[in-house]
Amino acid sequence: MLLIPCPWCGPRDEAEFHYGGQAHVPYPEDPASLSDEEWARYLFFRDNPKGPFAERWTHASGCRRWFNAVRDTSTNEILTVYRAGEERPVTSEPRPAVPARPAFEDEALSGPTGVQGAEPPGGVEGAEPLQDGTGRGGGDETQLFRHATRGRIHRDTPLTFTFDGTAYQGYRGDTLASALLANGVIQAGTSIKLGRPRGIFSAGVEEPNAVVQIEEPFPEPMLPATTVELYDGLVASSLPGQGRLATDPDPARYDAVHAHCDLLIVGGGPAGLAAAAAAAHSGARVILADDRPELGGSLLGTGEHLDWVQDVTGRLDAAPEVRVLRRTTVFGYYDDNHLLAVERRTNHLGADAPENVSRERVWRIRARRVVLATGAHERSLAFADNDRPGVMLAASARSYANRHGVLPGRHAVVFTTNDSAYAAALDLAQAGLAIGAIVDTRPEPGEWAEHARAAGIEVLPGHAVTGTEGGDARLTAVTVAPYGESVGRREFAADLLLVSGGWNPVAHLFSQSGGKLRYDDTLGSFVPDTTRQAVEVVGSASGALDPATVLAQGAAAGARAVEAEGYTAEAPRLPEVAEQPRPTPPMHVYVVPGDSDAPRFVDLQRDVTVDDLARATGAGLRSVEHTKRYTTAGTANDQGKTSGVLASGVVAELLGVDISALGTTTFRPPYTPVSFAALAGRDRGTLSDPVRTTALHEWHVAHGALFENVGQWKRPWYYPQDGEDMAAAVLRECRAAREGVAFMDASTLGKIDVQGPDAGVFLDRLYTNVMSTLKVGMIRYGVMCRPDGMVFDDGTVIRVARDRFLVTTTTGNAAAVLDWMEEWLQTEWPELKVHCTSVTEQWATVALVGPKSREVLASLAPQLAVANDDFPFMAWRETTVAGIGARVCRISFSGELAFEINVSPWQGLALWEAVYEAGAPYGITPYGTETMHVLRAEKGYPIIGQDTDGTVTPQDLGMNWVVSKKKADFIGKRSHARADTARPDRKHLVGLLPEDPDTFLPEGTHLVSESVLPAPPVPMLGHVTSSYRSAALGRTFALALIKGGRDRIGQRLYAPVGDRLVPVTVASPVLYDPEGARRDG
Amino acid sequence: MADNALTAPLRSPLSQAADRLATATRASGGAIRLAELPFLTQINLRLDAKGAAAAAVGLALDLQLPLQPNTTVRAGELTALWLGPDEWLLVGPPGTERDLEGRIREAAGDEFVSVIDVSAQRTTLLVTGPRARDLLAHGCPLDLHPRAFGPGRCAQTTLGRTQVVLVARDDPRAGFWVLVRSTFAGYLADWLLDAATEYV
Repeated sequence: MLLIPCPWCGPRDEAEFHYGGQAHVPYPEDPASLSDEEWARYLFFRDNPKGPFAERWTHASGCRRWFNAVRDTSTNEILTVYRAGEERPVTSEPRPAVPARPAFEDEALSGPTGVQGAEPPGGVEGAEPLQDGTGRGGGDETQLFRHATRGRIHRDTPLTFTFDGTAYQGYRGDTLASALLANGVIQAGTSIKLGRPRGIFSAGVEEPNAVVQIEEPFPEPMLPATTVELYDGLVASSLPGQGRLATDPDPARYDAVHAHCDLLIVGGGPAGLAAAAAAAHSGARVILADDRPELGGSLLGTGEHLDWVQDVTGRLDAAPEVRVLRRTTVFGYYDDNHLLAVERRTNHLGADAPENVSRERVWRIRARRVVLATGAHERSLAFADNDRPGVMLAASARSYANRHGVLPGRHAVVFTTNDSAYAAALDLAQAGLAIGAIVDTRPEPGEWAEHARAAGIEVLPGHAVTGTEGGDARLTAVTVAPYGESVGRREFAADLLLVSGGWNPVAHLFSQSGGKLRYDDTLGSFVPDTTRQAVEVVGSASGALDPATVLAQGAAAGARAVEAEGYTAEAPRLPEVAEQPRPTPPMHVYVVPGDSDAPRFVDLQRDVTVDDLARATGAGLRSVEHTKRYTTAGTANDQGKTSGVLASGVVAELLGVDISALGTTTFRPPYTPVSFAALAGRDRGTLSDPVRTTALHEWHVAHGALFENVGQWKRPWYYPQDGEDMAAAVLRECRAAREGVAFMDASTLGKIDVQGPDAGVFLDRLYTNVMSTLKVGMIRYGVMCRPDGMVFDDGTVIRVARDRFLVTTTTGNAAAVLDWMEEWLQTEWPELKVHCTSVTEQWATVALVGPKSREVLASLAPQLAVANDDFPFMAWRETTVAGIGARVCRISFSGELAFEINVSPWQGLALWEAVYEAGAPYGITPYGTETMHVLRAEKGYPIIGQDTDGTVTPQDLGMNWVVSKKKADFIGKRSHARADTARPDRKHLVGLLPEDPDTFLPEGTHLVSESVLPAPPVPMLGHVTSSYRSAALGRTFALALIKGGRDRIGQRLYAPVGDRLVPVTVASPVLYDPEGARRDG
Repeated sequence: MADNALTAPLRSPLSQAADRLATATRASGGAIRLAELPFLTQINLRLDAKGAAAAAVGLALDLQLPLQPNTTVRAGELTALWLGPDEWLLVGPPGTERDLEGRIREAAGDEFVSVIDVSAQRTTLLVTGPRARDLLAHGCPLDLHPRAFGPGRCAQTTLGRTQVVLVARDDPRAGFWVLVRSTFAGYLADWLLDAATEYV
């Protein structure tokens, strides 16, 4: 959502504005002097540059002013705005692309050294054994993989849940995945194409495998078990690929909130917390959004600095201008720092969720500045049979131990290309996991390896995992060999294989913001580079993995952001980070060499292997965007979070190019799947679109009206009586209007007050006919055209006073006509002294129609002289009707004697009821839009938008009489003289009479000239625009737009209806009372 | 507006929603107050802010028309809302439209001034209480923080799916006026009641 700076109102959401096309295209001074070609150039040709473009906008939902903006068409950036009539300023430069972090910080940056916040290893001395089932620590005896003391779960709140039909126990604070792991269940699904068993692979949103179906309390498909918080009574099942939507309507509430802040921080890990701590007490408005139930990010997974996390969290929660959004995923980053987030508010409460609280809430956040502290995802490696349940990302396993008190296995092998897995291995070993070996692809793994050996763990440098063994439920063994060799194999018995292929910064939001990524050779992945938006990226999202650097970056970015907004930041207390082992650079491995025939999976969720990608490159595909579409790698609902860079690496190897040259696929919102229900919010059911009702609505409802949607209006369609169908009701209503008296609610017509000394001149330019000669007290019908000469709107114009007119528009066009008037006044004719104001709702209007209407009106308006001579057609009178101040207009949309009575809507219902009562002796009948349509069609009155479609001139409608020959110009006049609009074979509005008077032509039916269809293409003569049964004519009839129609009157044409060719006769559009004898009663 | 004999009782656009608004107000325990303020006089005034008429009209109304975009000026029972650089909405107590219109026309003399009674064009919803801003933020894209939209601010914007004129009353406890087109008022009342579910 762009933020457009209205020159008057300041920055507002794009949705408040309407676009008006290229600016500085002035209306020609003398259109009549232009050739057809010159006129067509004005009408139809506009520039279409790439780059700065001056265009018109109007602040339609605000101050209604038209103004000009210079927008860069390639970035959508609004470079400048200026008022209508002002010269285009020398365009300011577009926002420069700036680095995602200031360059001076990069110099101070030490290289990546390991996983966030890893503590120096302490060996396995004192390692706590796995809980042995004796119930120690309050655990359930079935939760055999539960650690006795670790984890942040609430052991005093046991929860019961069901997975694939089996009941289990877990604790509050578990995810579904951690609870399953605690119960020894790691297999959580089968793969979509190959049906291979798959296990829990990660501990977060990046999960490709454990995507489950929630059954109770309400069905929801394809949720990662790693993000589903456990609640009592949760029922879930594993999925082979896609899930199943509920068939019942979702009873939960969903809503949205708009939020504004000086600083939005995305991610509550060490970098995000440091940024928030720096900004918290500056007075700046800060929002911190984090997708987990508690802040801490990777620190929760490593179990480090938790006292600091608690301290900062407490300070943030207490700061008056800081809003901490937990369980909130920022999923989209749009123009002008507009970000969307979804907050999961009651999902974790299961059946206990309160009914009046929205289940999920969409936050629409407009931030002056953004700090992205979105962290990094661990990358996998492509080796043989790398998809067995039990293969897990190394840091995820550590996270299960420290967040949830679960060890995902008992005997693990660690396979790594970098230092980070050592910290995980050492911590897990300390927690009681037996580490059979650390297999490191690097020949010289350095200091971390020494620490591991000191802790009694075997390290195999220059080795790789070349295969795995196992059953459906779990891995049983891992095969290891020297890197790139087939001899010297060793086999390890293991139920867990922890993998680390390096780290991918979570650059999704940065990329969506328009930021560019660059390849980082140290990291072997893509990191944020430059951007045009006011955003900084900090922590591992920027590629920094060293804990001290991560914290310092966060604090500096938070301070910079609020200081840029004029606040004073503070230097927050940051935790002491202990000395780290000296780092050894990672080795960039994507495909692990080996001679096994077993599949090496790249995208686990889509079952895409190295061989699949090789087929794609073999077929000649050279871009990751193409291999993605060829193989579907990265297109599953995890969007390739663990596989995207891996796929790029594999394709680069296959093509023999450098991954830096290949790049990544595009990151698009949403970052994680968002339910349609959340996006819809409360815009569902009756609130999905505003329903507009008139002041008389409740009467219509009480009298059994059926309603027609006309734009946002509910208009009475017809009033069926005693089991009548629509045809019978409409015939009855039409008869009443033609033979007695009937009345309808005409309040929906648009009404615009046009005031000022130049009002007459103004209307003369807008309407095809002359309005300035209208006398006060009189009314004139008029038509407006677009500059291309096509009919835009029609209605009546009342002259209220010398300088004041009341213009009526069609119901659907009220806002468009007012915008149209303002556009011409403000941009082309600012010298005219005219003001236009909508007064649609200032009046309730009752149309009183029929030969007896005069009697009814007379009985209600004793002071009004109602005789034809006193109150002629197209006159209006101010009087009192039923004691209510009223403006009565003698106009007719039916051809019958008719009056329109306008009163205050506050008294509209009283008037309506008085008319109903006074008309009772004459059998007064309420009628709806259908009868109105029939009555007007019998008279050949077109309805703009039904009988016209933007390609029809007044002349095409047979309304030459409404087009002034005297005026020098009006909008559309020049176009009426174009060769194309003067063609004799243009489509004309005519009547159609089916030869069988009972045959009904559906609207839209085409017309052909032959009684037998020739071979295609069949020449089409036109189509039916309106079709009805007429009580007055005693037959069906239609209106149609037909090529040269007026020259075909009397001819027989054919209308294909189903498999029949229905013969019809072309007629004048005026089929009823062509002399107009009934108008005066 | 035509000459009103005022024989029939007036019915406001939200007369049928009054009970539901009152029920929600009671149920919220003071968090939210929702009510229609029906029949307020509303006069749309158009004139050149730099012209002679502006001063004359200001003098006649004893009220300086606000020239700062999106602000209001109040004098006694009359409030002037900035709608555009040459457009204001004057809001006063019910039944004063003829008097007000007359005074303005008289003061304006022969100057180019448009005065239009639009009292029935919109109705006014009062939204107040400690959670009023939170309630409006569910559907209003504007920044409603007191720093950005404090007392005396007004704006034409959108709320839910309809256009409104939003006014922050000059006493913060007086909350907001939401002026909405009468035919959208039923929708907006339904929308507000639905959005208030969490606060009642």
